[in-house]
Amino acid sequence: MSQFKFSIRTPAGRVRGLGSARSGTEHFWLQRLTAVANVPLAIAFIIIVVSVAGRDFEEARLAVGQPLIAILLLLFILSGVIHMRIGMQVIIEDYVHSEGAKVVAVMANTFFAVAIGAAATFAVLKIAFGI
Amino acid sequence: MAEFALPKNSRMTEGKVWPKPAGAKHTTDFRIYRWDPDTDENPRIDTYTVDRDDCGPMVLDAIIWIKNKVDATLTFRRSCREGICGSCAMNIDGANTLACTKGIDEVERKGVVKIYPLPHMPVVKDLVPDLTRFYAQHASIEPWLQTTTPAPEKEWRQSHEDRQKLDGLYECILCACCSTSCPSYWWNGDRYLGPAALLQAYRWLIDSRDEATGERLDQLEDPFRLYRCHTIMNCANVCPKGLNPAKAIAEIKQMMVVRQV
Repeated sequence: MSQFKFSIRTPAGRVRGLGSARSGTEHFWLQRLTAVANVPLAIAFIIIVVSVAGRDFEEARLAVGQPLIAILLLLFILSGVIHMRIGMQVIIEDYVHSEGAKVVAVMANTFFAVAIGAAATFAVLKIAFGI
Repeated sequence: MAEFALPKNSRMTEGKVWPKPAGAKHTTDFRIYRWDPDTDENPRIDTYTVDRDDCGPMVLDAIIWIKNKVDATLTFRRSCREGICGSCAMNIDGANTLACTKGIDEVERKGVVKIYPLPHMPVVKDLVPDLTRFYAQHASIEPWLQTTTPAPEKEWRQSHEDRQKLDGLYECILCACCSTSCPSYWWNGDRYLGPAALLQAYRWLIDSRDEATGERLDQLEDPFRLYRCHTIMNCANVCPKGLNPAKAIAEIKQMMVVRQV
């Protein structure tokens, strides 16, 4: 790890590094916000899934077509995907220390979250509007 | 990636078993990490048998006994022997603590006490870790009173209530037990300030006499410097002074949110 490499830079210089990013609070706050939102949304999601489980497509379509249910599902996708993305980003920052690999991993993480979110949203809309 | 195994030249080998004291009735074995920078050898675990009837009750008493009576090359830091200097911090029975305030009976498992240097720090020799970076991190939070108001003739005044806010913070002796027990500090110690420096930072943030609170928060607001704390709580578990750095860090995060939301 970098801190064990011999360096003739002063310890103070190394600790100060590139300075404070002056950010991170928004990230921290969003993680808590989506966590709180996910509690009722995840419960609603489970209830919805259980109630349509085993029914045929037409019945599921009728259920998901109701505005309240469709909106709850869409909100759960939004909140869940944001929470997933920023949570995974923290894990990557914890464990991936090579700058190149880290940037690639954070980028891939974002692409993955956006793709999952888009696919899930599209699925709910398609079922709701029955197109 | 994070390192989950020790590098090859840091893997421990079985070391020397030192002769038992003759005629001792009540003994405890100490298995102690040894590493000498002057040789190319890997670290080894030496076994010493201590005559408990000839030795004080604390772990520090035992290692001083070993140094005096068995092996003068055993190297460790110690000074006050009463838990106020923080010099003799080491990993005893799997947890960081001060050798001087930890009783041998508390950490003896089947007649054996295991002692290692503070984890994940470069080792200078035996039980002496290199804490240069740790001290630089403490200095980086500027641990002194900062004001723009000209200094009063006598002293900066503080109410009893505001003074009480410093209790549980000012007692920190910078022994490094907390920071070196923190996995987040192990993985990202070059950028994360660690629990000790952050507890000290909060000690100045919460001081009613200090006028640089905003600037201090600016310096800490960073995904790595502050937000690497994932409330693992090892810091609070091991603190030999019974302090709670994790709570101090949570208070800093709360201050950050309060000034923004």
